[in-house]
Amino acid sequence: MTEMKKEEITKYIVISSDKVLPSDAAMKIYESEFPVTVKETCFGLIVSGARDDVETLVEQIRQLDKNHIFVKDRGFPPGDERRCRASRGGGPRPGFHFLREEVQMLPAIGAALDELEAKECVIEKHKAKCRLKTSDLEKVIEEELSR
Amino acid sequence: MSFLAKVFIYPINSLILADMVERFGHKPLTMMSQIREKVTNLSLDSPPINITPEDPKLGLKYAAIEVPAGVRGRMALIGPLIEQTEAAIIVENPPTDFGCVGCNRTNELTKYLVRSKGVPVLEVKYPESDEEARDFVNKIVAFLESLPKEKPEADEKAKDKEAAEKEGKK
Repeated sequence: MTEMKKEEITKYIVISSDKVLPSDAAMKIYESEFPVTVKETCFGLIVSGARDDVETLVEQIRQLDKNHIFVKDRGFPPGDERRCRASRGGGPRPGFHFLREEVQMLPAIGAALDELEAKECVIEKHKAKCRLKTSDLEKVIEEELSR
Repeated sequence: MSFLAKVFIYPINSLILADMVERFGHKPLTMMSQIREKVTNLSLDSPPINITPEDPKLGLKYAAIEVPAGVRGRMALIGPLIEQTEAAIIVENPPTDFGCVGCNRTNELTKYLVRSKGVPVLEVKYPESDEEARDFVNKIVAFLESLPKEKPEADEKAKDKEAAEKEGKK
């Protein structure tokens, strides 16, 4: 029991995407049938459960739009009385202000990641064009000689 | 999951930094993991009074007794992370600085300890425009890619085991 408790982790999935909504990501998690707790929020999701399950799920959700979905750990489990607004009389929970400030920067960060990925693709394509395998070279020589 | 290097981030609860470090295969050292241990540990009987008699002693390792208790309390959580640090990303000019990272003296001490540790440190500023965001991401990605690709932990563990075996034989 103690070991299981140790394995439990909670993660924030912050969605700043034009293609994926928090509700889409939540549906994807329900479909996956992993035994995790999901809480939908204004900025994304809070997922809590066994470490392996949560890490697998988070990776799946990230792949929906990998440059615009951001993930971080959370210390408190979802709905924890020490943090949940419901038991604290409303207002933003401690820690939300900084998250909100960072969420406002995410579109720019996502665009920068997109750009970076595009650049890498161009470099890879360029490299692929430049390289000529020895086997291909042999074929070219054989074709030329057989004429 | 195997990580390449343990990267300390400042602000220590930053979403952007934690995500980018993890995205490029390294392990972010964050306040959240420390907090999780504090709030989910069954041995603590009365949360949110989560402090144990060991914590002030741990904090004293980093800050003297004259220093305000809040600094020592925070250092009891942040200090162990600094000891594990293999690289660090420090972002200046954070948009907000309250909550668990709201103590400026702790932040100064944290940054000082990280800089004086002698590990590779990247210092950048929070972006305020799209162009700055591009530079910010490029610098962080270049830094993370420059970190060692091999996993030193496994080697260290193997070395420790060998040393322990040798001592055992003696």
